[in-house]
Amino acid sequence: MLRQLEGSRAVAETVARCRPQVIAAYPISPQTHIVEALSDLVRTGELEPCEYLMVESEFGALSACIGASAAGSRTYTATASQGLLFMAEALPNASGLGLPVVMTVANRAIGAPINIWNDHSDAMSQRDAGWVQLFAESNQEAVDLHVQAFVLAERLSLPVMVCMDGFVLTHAVEEIDVPDQEVVDSLLPPFSPRQVLDPAAPVTIGAMVGPEAFTEVKYLAAAQQLRVLDEVPVIAEAFEQATGRSSGGLVSSYRMEEATIAVLAMGSVLGSVKDVVDELRDVGVPIGVVAVSCYRPWPLDEVRAALAGLEQVVVLNRAFAVGSGTMLGQDVRLTLATSATRVHDVVAGLGGRPVTRASIRSLLAAVIGGEVDPDRLHFLDLDQDVVARELGLALAKES
Amino acid sequence: MAPTDLKLYQIGTFAAGNRLLDPGDRSVQADPGRASSITSGHRACQGCGEALGARFVLDAAMRAAGGEIVIANATGCLEVFSTPYPESAWQLAWVHSLFGNVAAVATGVAAALKAQGREHVRVVAQAGDGGTVDIGLGCLSGMFERNDDVLFVCYDNQGYMNTGVQRSGATPPAARTANTRPVGSEPGNVFGQGKDLPRIAMAHEIPYVATATVADLRDLERKVEKAMSLRGARYLHVLVPCPLGWASASQDTIRLARLATQSGLFPVFEAEHGVVTATTPIRRRVPVEDYLTLQGRFAHLFGPDGRPDVVARIQAGADRNIDRYDLVTVVDPDGVDHV
Repeated sequence: MLRQLEGSRAVAETVARCRPQVIAAYPISPQTHIVEALSDLVRTGELEPCEYLMVESEFGALSACIGASAAGSRTYTATASQGLLFMAEALPNASGLGLPVVMTVANRAIGAPINIWNDHSDAMSQRDAGWVQLFAESNQEAVDLHVQAFVLAERLSLPVMVCMDGFVLTHAVEEIDVPDQEVVDSLLPPFSPRQVLDPAAPVTIGAMVGPEAFTEVKYLAAAQQLRVLDEVPVIAEAFEQATGRSSGGLVSSYRMEEATIAVLAMGSVLGSVKDVVDELRDVGVPIGVVAVSCYRPWPLDEVRAALAGLEQVVVLNRAFAVGSGTMLGQDVRLTLATSATRVHDVVAGLGGRPVTRASIRSLLAAVIGGEVDPDRLHFLDLDQDVVARELGLALAKES
Repeated sequence: MAPTDLKLYQIGTFAAGNRLLDPGDRSVQADPGRASSITSGHRACQGCGEALGARFVLDAAMRAAGGEIVIANATGCLEVFSTPYPESAWQLAWVHSLFGNVAAVATGVAAALKAQGREHVRVVAQAGDGGTVDIGLGCLSGMFERNDDVLFVCYDNQGYMNTGVQRSGATPPAARTANTRPVGSEPGNVFGQGKDLPRIAMAHEIPYVATATVADLRDLERKVEKAMSLRGARYLHVLVPCPLGWASASQDTIRLARLATQSGLFPVFEAEHGVVTATTPIRRRVPVEDYLTLQGRFAHLFGPDGRPDVVARIQAGADRNIDRYDLVTVVDPDGVDHV
């Protein structure tokens, strides 16, 4: 049933219908509305049996989830930005131990300078932590991905991050359908842990592994993560059959028929991109959109197939790596390494700067007009005057 | 184990002879059916106080909980020497996550057990002093503040022994460590404010805080049993001498733990809800030199180039402890004044 809901509220209600047994969270904008709503649901008894732990830090939050998951309970946490960085030590621990924790990341910039608004720097900085990373394009998809995330996590015994754009999605009120309890229950069976801390059958979890076996352990972990690429489409298909709604999957294409140019992106910016692509299609430009929903593990074959035969691809990055470029863009370059497709790597919408249709329109016009050098990192809507002045001042100081 | 009223001192020790007690009053370790929670074959050093302490703590906890125990262990010596994959010395459900998060991991385990309706399974967290007073303090303070149902045991060997004997917030003043060498005008570790975790724990007004040493293992077992009889956050701080880090002889581990208490440097007491309820009186007070001279980490304070001024400052610290906990003027219930 469609209801007018804030994205955070919808996610909280969805998580509650996934019947978590332990929730541990520390407040950070823009994740707060999600965990506030869950706190209410636990304290009123609507969500039970469930323990809600108000911990002293994000590091404590994920650590409590690690303990609870190892003890055999379904666990959930949510964070953003600096909070995700504060969890950094525990992230590979959860994945290394094969614990199916589900976490919402309300994507936000990382400082300094401190900035509470949306981009993907937080999730991107942890892309190699062994977690599955799913990116939502809309609040409806964010809701749907949470159900799928619990199914995926527990089927493969791997932790999953559901990334949704901070404020743009978390604080937006729109019509959203939260899947009914019966639907969620039909998709998500009770948690059956792969191994569990049980006095009746004691196991040692988290032993020290030396050079003689460490590589093999990591290899097997990588093999397990690659199984995600098989399971995600299966789970998305089951979800569609249960709800009639196509959500998630690895990669999706929009208006790619006969396209010679495509925009590749993740998250809520895709809505504006699709609007502009519709305009361009109306005037005969052979352009389409490729949306990446599953970022880690990287669906290399699916991205390569989606981009096959293009002349140009424009990658919109909501994050960038100082000193080397972008993350998503480099993944795309690697994917297309043996093809003739030109990759335009564009940094857009850092720290909450809106990526408007007008900006996208002029970017694509410049790309189509051959004005954008594919070998250079491009910054959308960069205030050239400001940076030129500051760089000039710095040069003057040095001389 | 019911605390016995009998005072059966062996010469020079506080240990009561098991053979003189009813079987029900004997040490957990006297029971051939004890859990042997940490079993033989682990790789602790000869004379390791931590291995001994862990054995007594966990077997007592296992007996108190009828074997229904889950352990969360911080990174450190105890974790490393007990679990070299594919071996494990643990005969109970045991999880190790990270260095600084064991209190939070234990909190999560306890929350899961509660949500599953299995609160009869008890949770014990354990860490060395670094994992407790330094890197783990944030999570531990949170666990105390929320009064989570976890017994947290700190095995305090006064330094980062696992990484090669560097100083921790629990390293005593003037001690030589790998990063506080006896050089300069203030040789060894600094004289700071100290990081007295039992008192920090008491400030959280949790149900139970106790200190103990491996020199008085019956006392240690009794305190574990007491802690296990309570719910909520409980804290046990156990002094465990480290021959490697203290540069002491392997056979002196118990002696050093005893001298630490008899000199007043390590007060042994219990507290409930922030109030001290019992102390172990010093029967035979000794000067701190008796304790210090058995340890290479204090060798720079003695000899021709020694620092009697520094020794005097250490003695002053011991005297403050004795005053604070009234350790030498406690009147025994039977009227004997132990001075």
